[in-house]
Amino acid sequence: MSATSRIDSATPERSAPAGVPHLDVDPFSTEFFEDPHRIHDVLREAGPVVWLEKWGVYGVARFAEVHAVLNDPLTFCSSRGVGLSDFAKEKPWRPQSIILEADPPAHTRTRSVLAQVLSPTAMKQVREHFTAMAAAKVDELLTRRSFDAVADLAEAYPLSVFPDAMGLKQEGRENLLPYASLVFNAFGPPNQLRQEAIERSAPHQAYVAAQCQRENLTPGGFGACIHARADAGDITAEEAPLLVRSLLSAGLDTTVNGIGAAMYCLARFPDQLALLRSDPTLARNAFEEAIRFESPVQTFFRTTTREVELAGYRIGEGEKVLMFLGAANRDPRRWENPDRYDVTRRTSGHVGFGSGIHMCVGQLVARLEGEVMLAAIARKVASIEISGPVKRRYNNTLRGLESLPITISPA
Amino acid sequence: MPSITFVHPDGRPQRIDARDGESAMQAATRHDVGGILAECGGNAMCATCHVYVDEGWLARLPAMGGDEDALLDGAAAERRANSRLSCQIKLATDLDGLVLNLPDRQL
Ligand code: HEM
Ligand code: FES
Repeated sequence: MSATSRIDSATPERSAPAGVPHLDVDPFSTEFFEDPHRIHDVLREAGPVVWLEKWGVYGVARFAEVHAVLNDPLTFCSSRGVGLSDFAKEKPWRPQSIILEADPPAHTRTRSVLAQVLSPTAMKQVREHFTAMAAAKVDELLTRRSFDAVADLAEAYPLSVFPDAMGLKQEGRENLLPYASLVFNAFGPPNQLRQEAIERSAPHQAYVAAQCQRENLTPGGFGACIHARADAGDITAEEAPLLVRSLLSAGLDTTVNGIGAAMYCLARFPDQLALLRSDPTLARNAFEEAIRFESPVQTFFRTTTREVELAGYRIGEGEKVLMFLGAANRDPRRWENPDRYDVTRRTSGHVGFGSGIHMCVGQLVARLEGEVMLAAIARKVASIEISGPVKRRYNNTLRGLESLPITISPA
Repeated sequence: MPSITFVHPDGRPQRIDARDGESAMQAATRHDVGGILAECGGNAMCATCHVYVDEGWLARLPAMGGDEDALLDGAAAERRANSRLSCQIKLATDLDGLVLNLPDRQL
């Protein structure tokens, strides 16, 4: 792994552009992870485009500019990496993703394969099973009353449905969360989180590489469906395992943190839990609002393919631009009472799943898991109380908790 | 400024003013038309902005793309010959008066 082969493009000494507000905050620091909202506000108010001295990158934190960058993929490309590392200058730590880290027209083809594998029609096939598993999980937790909402619910539930839906073997599944955590840490700068994750990555990488092969995927699962598309000629036999890898990278830890976010919201805002209980059909929106409110995927980068003007500022070619999805999702220019978790809010348009051609291709899986879990809670649980110290988990991209001890009572 | 009408499943019409260049879905969301969910925000990913285009208007809309066609198969309510995704219907003055019927459900 060439994680240590850093080059000068993103070092602090990099000459800073004139006119753009400079900030010395580090969005990949423990201080930031503990309280991003205060610094998000500083970033948004400093200007529509800012310069982050620490890593030598541009940043956008207002909704309008985040949305604009996401929706101009030809100028703000993904093929040079959606982390800090610029693939034009530095070798990626793993073979480049052929969907997330690709631009049109290459992206269009791989994207349409995953969009069909994870389509609304495909969701209809797994919905009943996902619903039953969520209900069973909540029943089991009601017999325990006190538990850790991260390990025992936010992790346990997706682990009980997603690996099976993919068609993975039982053995080795304990590698899935560490692998995902690695992938999301690796989008960050070469800080301790990234370096340590990459140093420990070999066994997880070996596991994932093997599970992406056709012979290790049960027929009928999402993984096998991807391989079937290679038979149909839509992708090559070499591309299929890489697309399976995309789902193994992005399909589990994200929903863990999404469901974790929703649980943390319902535990903190009992009036919203009461609203949800009075109308369980709000479950899907309650989950969506938790994605807006906490933004489990906090940031992604783009790289400029040419000189461009953004909100009146000139940005040169080959510059990294960091998009603060979490800050955009609470921008008061776009949202009324942005810091309020409101299960009845019209959430359409938030950028927690991104926007434009790379907008999360697994969003229907995420919403399905979130909806059925919150619907089970709405029907079966009367109260949720935080009953121990809440601990945050640190990751360069994912926002979530390490531990959320709660006590629930039956309805 | 085109003005368009959404007809709710109970027959109630809701007439709204749209902006030139925005999609029917965007106009509906801005005016809080309840029957349009638009979970994916118009990225042709969710099929929760499904509408039935009123007779007579269908032929005047631009043809649908492959994405839209595939997604409509997964829409929650029955797919009909006049089914479209409202996020893919871009409004301009030539669509002034457009009538879109809302399905009984989007999920
Ligand atoms: C709450 C859960 C989730 C959140 C918050 C989330 C967030 C995101 C975001 C923000 C992007 C955009 C990346 C970019 O613009 O560069 C994205 C893309 C993606 N997501 Fe998700 N995601 C979630 C769940 C899932 C699931 C369940 C899967 C798979 C089953 C998945 C697979 C992907 C893939 C493959 C991409 C790349 C799409 C492309 O580049 O065209 N995600 N996700
Ligand atoms: S808004 Fe999602 S498909 Fe139209």
